[in-house]
Amino acid sequence: MSTPETSSAGAAAADPILVPPGDKEILAPGHDAASITKRIAMIPEGRTPLWMFGVFGVSFSLLGLLLVSVTYLVFKGTGIWGLNVPVAWGFAIINLVWWIGIGHAGTLISAILLLLKQDWRNSINRFAEAMTLFAVACAVMFPLLHTGRPWVAAYWLLPYPNTMNLWPNFRSPLMWDVFAISTYGTVSLLFWYVGLVPDLGTMRDRAKNIWIKRLCGVLSMGWRGSARHWHHYEMAYLLLAGLSTPLVLSVHSIISFDFSVSQLPGWHTTIFPPYFVAGAVFAGFAMVMLVAIPVRYAYGLHDMLTSRHLQNMAKVTLATGLIVCYGYLCEFIFAYYSGNPYERFVVGENRPFGPYNWAWLSLVFCNFLAIQPLWFKKVRQNVYWLWFISLIISVGMWLERFVIVVMSLHRDFLPSSWDRYAGTFWDWSLYLGTMGLFFSLMFLFIRFVPMIPMSEIKILLPEAKVKGGSHHH
Amino acid sequence: MANKASKPPIYGVMAQFLNPQELFDAVKAAKAEGYDKLDAFMPYPVEEISHEVVNHEHSVVSKIVFCGGLAGATFGFLFQCWAMGYFEPLQELTLALFGQTGYPFNIGGRPYFSWPAFIPVTFELTILFGAFSAVIGMFLVNGLPQPYHPVFNVPSFERASDDRFFLLIESQDPRYDAEGTRKFLEGLSPQEVTDVDW
Repeated sequence: MSTPETSSAGAAAADPILVPPGDKEILAPGHDAASITKRIAMIPEGRTPLWMFGVFGVSFSLLGLLLVSVTYLVFKGTGIWGLNVPVAWGFAIINLVWWIGIGHAGTLISAILLLLKQDWRNSINRFAEAMTLFAVACAVMFPLLHTGRPWVAAYWLLPYPNTMNLWPNFRSPLMWDVFAISTYGTVSLLFWYVGLVPDLGTMRDRAKNIWIKRLCGVLSMGWRGSARHWHHYEMAYLLLAGLSTPLVLSVHSIISFDFSVSQLPGWHTTIFPPYFVAGAVFAGFAMVMLVAIPVRYAYGLHDMLTSRHLQNMAKVTLATGLIVCYGYLCEFIFAYYSGNPYERFVVGENRPFGPYNWAWLSLVFCNFLAIQPLWFKKVRQNVYWLWFISLIISVGMWLERFVIVVMSLHRDFLPSSWDRYAGTFWDWSLYLGTMGLFFSLMFLFIRFVPMIPMSEIKILLPEAKVKGGSHHH
Repeated sequence: MANKASKPPIYGVMAQFLNPQELFDAVKAAKAEGYDKLDAFMPYPVEEISHEVVNHEHSVVSKIVFCGGLAGATFGFLFQCWAMGYFEPLQELTLALFGQTGYPFNIGGRPYFSWPAFIPVTFELTILFGAFSAVIGMFLVNGLPQPYHPVFNVPSFERASDDRFFLLIESQDPRYDAEGTRKFLEGLSPQEVTDVDW
């Protein structure tokens, strides 16, 4: 169902029949401000499309699986997982790193690309930021549940004045994690919300139902688009981007410190921070494409999510993927050059020839070989190729964390303590369950919130350019 | 805000325009006429118009964020020095004030004041405080949240968040006079000119 006409004027608002966007365009020619509002607001205002019930149903069932898994975990304890000595960091840490990594593309798109004046980001930033928020929500569950008693975890994690005069150890990378992830989640939420305020104003002004009008009115803080407000708003938004840029680089660096600050062979390398950040962006862009391509098709958003967007994302994916592969290469060189027999064994021998070499070989396939087609323009223009490559990358980046976490732990210094590790049913169910949480939230977001920022995409219109120096005539 | 007695009958006069260029020209014209208590409304930010309306003043938000970030860094670093580092003067001060001290403990014989290990948390708190001051500062400076504002009384104003551009001249402007200002706005060839009720 499309909404009633906004008001009398504006023939273009009637139905935006547009010229299909060219290969280089980020917005289909023929759009004007009214048609953009209508196009984007149509989605939250309209009826729920049939396919949404299907995909949401599947996601919501997986969310149910999450609840069951968490309940059973709390009831029985972490013994239901495959963890044991020497592999005490199994799926929980793999999944934490995987999910946090996925979030990084959102911040890169919204903050770093804003500072670099890449205006194609305007169409995808809200969508990608929402992904960040939901990915962080999934990620934090793992370390909390890994403590075994998440309801008392606050005592150990948060610095608060207590009768025992006890403070957490700020010299520990695990404590840095608490600060990095909570700051990341909070700042991402602030950034996302501030970006949403003008659009909530638009939704308020369009709303026919008084309660929706009131809700949007409250959430938009009474935004009225005043030039003075925009002036401060633009400054705040720019500064938030400036703050988020070092933040996003710091988050995965700090996560990598969990590993690299330790003494374990395979973890103790200086390449970890940059290589983790690149891997995060790599996995994140893959996830953006994985979700954006079907959504773009389902809602026919080809005029705002053009081929140019997908091609640019494919280029970023390829570039960051190559940095990740460079990181793999460095690990081998470091291990060799260190002269340390343990390091040489874990990286040079156990990875390619050990009992989990299938994981390492699949990783090389997924993260190195499978991205090579992205060098070709024809592949970057083909949504099917992009979607499948993104899927392979998502699997590959999970395997990368498996290689780092499990393959370094299961064979450390003493062969007498070597052991094997495998996830149990409950490991997998919890992982699948967080996917249910992620996609349930994602589909709710797509259904109820304008997923493309109206005010930001209108800046891309030719009419938005004002002849600055000109005086009135 | 003027008190009830001296309150003019309306809040101001508002003209509607089709695009940013028209609004920009109108703002320039109004400024040239000597109007100062004016505001422009637009569905998306147009820098030239904002700058014209605020007389090219720099936004104060940047200063707020700088102070917020600095406060976060200072607090974060000193807090860790206190909690971990057994920084004597601070310990005595907090013991006197709150009856609390830090919790210095020896790990592997490393010094209490191991400042490089305090940098990650200091950094994160800098960002956190900076971001909060950007958002809260922006809303405060803008006087938001403000559920009611006279401009919402103009029926066509709901298009200010869609595709139309508005210029408002307040009745409290010294140069305002009911007829003259309306005439002036009509002379700028807007889509419509409306009185804005209180």
